[in-house]
Amino acid sequence: MDEEAVRERAVAFLAGHDPGDRTGFLRARFDAGLAWVHFPEGLGGLGAPRELQNVVERELAGTPQPDPGTQAIGLGMAAPTILAFGTREQQERFLRPLWTGEEIWCQLFSEPGAGSDLATLATRAVRDGDEWVVDGQKVWTSGAHHARWAILVARTDPGVPKHRGLTYFVCDMHAPGVEVRPLRQITGEAEFNEVFLTGVRLPDSLRLGAVGDGWRVATTTLMNERVAIGGGPVRRGGGMIGLVADTWRSRPELRTHDLHRRLLALWVESEVTRLAGARLREQLAAGQPGPEGSAMKLSFASLNQALSALDVELRGEEGLEYDDWTFRRSESVDFFGRGPGYRYLRAKGNSIEGGTSEILRNIVAERVLGLPSEPRVDKDVPWKDLPR
Amino acid sequence: MTLLYTEVEEELRASVRDLLADRCRPDAVLRRAESASPYDADLWKTLSREIGVAGLLVPEEYGGAGASAREAAVVLEELGRAVAPVPFLTSAVLATEALLQAGVHEGLPAGGRDLLAELAAGETTAALAVSLAASPYRPLPPPVTLNDDGTLGGEIRAVAGADAADVLLVPVGTALYRVRAGDARIDVLPSLDLTRPIAVVTLSGAPGERVGAFDARRVLAFGAGLLTSEQLGVAEWCLATTLAHIRERHQFARPIGSFQAIKHRMADLWLDVARARAAARNAANLLAARPEPGTEAALEAEAATAVAKSWCSEVAVRVAEEGVQLHGGTGMTWEHPLHLYLKRAKASETALGTPGAHRDALSALADLPAPI
Repeated sequence: MDEEAVRERAVAFLAGHDPGDRTGFLRARFDAGLAWVHFPEGLGGLGAPRELQNVVERELAGTPQPDPGTQAIGLGMAAPTILAFGTREQQERFLRPLWTGEEIWCQLFSEPGAGSDLATLATRAVRDGDEWVVDGQKVWTSGAHHARWAILVARTDPGVPKHRGLTYFVCDMHAPGVEVRPLRQITGEAEFNEVFLTGVRLPDSLRLGAVGDGWRVATTTLMNERVAIGGGPVRRGGGMIGLVADTWRSRPELRTHDLHRRLLALWVESEVTRLAGARLREQLAAGQPGPEGSAMKLSFASLNQALSALDVELRGEEGLEYDDWTFRRSESVDFFGRGPGYRYLRAKGNSIEGGTSEILRNIVAERVLGLPSEPRVDKDVPWKDLPR
Repeated sequence: MTLLYTEVEEELRASVRDLLADRCRPDAVLRRAESASPYDADLWKTLSREIGVAGLLVPEEYGGAGASAREAAVVLEELGRAVAPVPFLTSAVLATEALLQAGVHEGLPAGGRDLLAELAAGETTAALAVSLAASPYRPLPPPVTLNDDGTLGGEIRAVAGADAADVLLVPVGTALYRVRAGDARIDVLPSLDLTRPIAVVTLSGAPGERVGAFDARRVLAFGAGLLTSEQLGVAEWCLATTLAHIRERHQFARPIGSFQAIKHRMADLWLDVARARAAARNAANLLAARPEPGTEAALEAEAATAVAKSWCSEVAVRVAEEGVQLHGGTGMTWEHPLHLYLKRAKASETALGTPGAHRDALSALADLPAPI
């Protein structure tokens, strides 16, 4: 399907549907194959090249859209993983409400004892007939309190080395035994949660990929996560640099020579990072994200931190204030909202979430540059025998 | 247009790279740098005539390839990767662009048209008689003057490519003059950059022919925008060479490239180079469109050039410096070619506007005004 055919389809769709009915409109858009054109027909797509999505977005600008905040994990991580590893039944069951936002997704990966070393995770899934019984604790789970479903990695075989004993599931967040507790962050609010899983029974039909293949499936999710987090703004001067630049332009009394010099350097870095992201998107237009996506996330994290820190400093007296420390649940993940103090503190998470910057540098060094890994003492040891 | 490389661009790259792999190996470049003739005239002849790089920017009506800044940028990447001692940047980019722009409004006189055709054919090599350290954003240093008898007088320092040139293009105020290199005194100085030395050009009563107008800002910005692709090539060679070294070099019974302290530095450098590539590509892309001065597109190209030159300059220097450090003692030896790249990187950082000069220009171009 070429650009003109996609455009005609989008125009015809818009003529025939009422954007006033949000859910109905999004469902119909999915059914018309205009959700993500590179997905297969029947699953919200047209089997068209990924770059033609822009044509659809242009034609349907101003109509109801999926919410990139609350749906970030569903759209950016669960969907590509389900597409790559799900059965047709799973794809047909999950993708439509995931895209329309009728079902929100969260990610049950990190654990108190397994952060950077995710593959050492301890949550157990034990087979019981046609079901799996899951016990364990997950942490840093954004949006778990809104979520209908989760992507979950659990240990199904403790007797083999850590990477080999994992299996990937879709977890029913409404199942008995799932308990979500808010986890307060340095911003004052609780965007993250702890999730306790106690005797949670999941049917085998919720398994994604083969038993023992969970690490490979999770790697797909993580690469998509890094692209989702590090995708960056598409417009020149957008994103975090845009916020700081707006303040700079509208408040001449705040300007100093030192801040000016640093702002110009950060503007340049924002722009080259944006261009590298655009170039990467061109490269990825046809395929899956590679390890290069991890690198974009690295730049994005350090830039956001430097810019939000400059923003606080730039505002002087006003930078000493904070908008609101009330402990509350966040509606969605928001890097750019609220005041400069919030943005400064929230940006600290950018170099931790979705792979710490240290781990991402390892990934670039090993998978992009082909450098040898550090000697690993845990590589061939069964997980149950690892010191902890 | 794309930030990637087209098939035609990749073919051009391959033919330049093959030739350089054969004729411009680092040990040969080093030997030549120590000799009396730092430029490789034979290599330049093959590059300009057989591969046709000298006429890339020249329109087809003058016998050129009618190609754009994008293709010239790809050639520069390869020449940077080899620190090739050929006058491509100085003749086929800077001088050729000055000549092309000289004729934009009034048309070139016969002498200018002939020169373009000779440049395209690789028969003549030219140099723009401007300091390599000149910034597009500042008035040129003390100008050459026009004597009453129509001859030119003055001294221009730090000119690159003059010793390889048959013809000098000399700015006199806002006009551009053509001068035979044989009518000028050209004294090559011991130079930081061994593979692109600078010279003092002295004109005393040199006959010159006016070929058109000279807009220093436009010509120098065009050169700066394309120089970023050469800087990218320099950075890529340093990164690849250092990578090969730290994979091979063993200390503490391990390749030193397996230590995180080193891997993390390499990952950061790779990321810097990836962003340099995007920035250099973007600048070449926008310059290739040849926007009308004063238009939105022209301002965008200027901003892209300022971004790329400030970023790529510093990245090339950083990767070369880290390369020396990570090569350990070997990196400090004359025998290893790394220093040729460090010297080129450091000199190119100053060339055609320092990183700071280009960032300052973004004050206006990106609307980030200085304190009042």
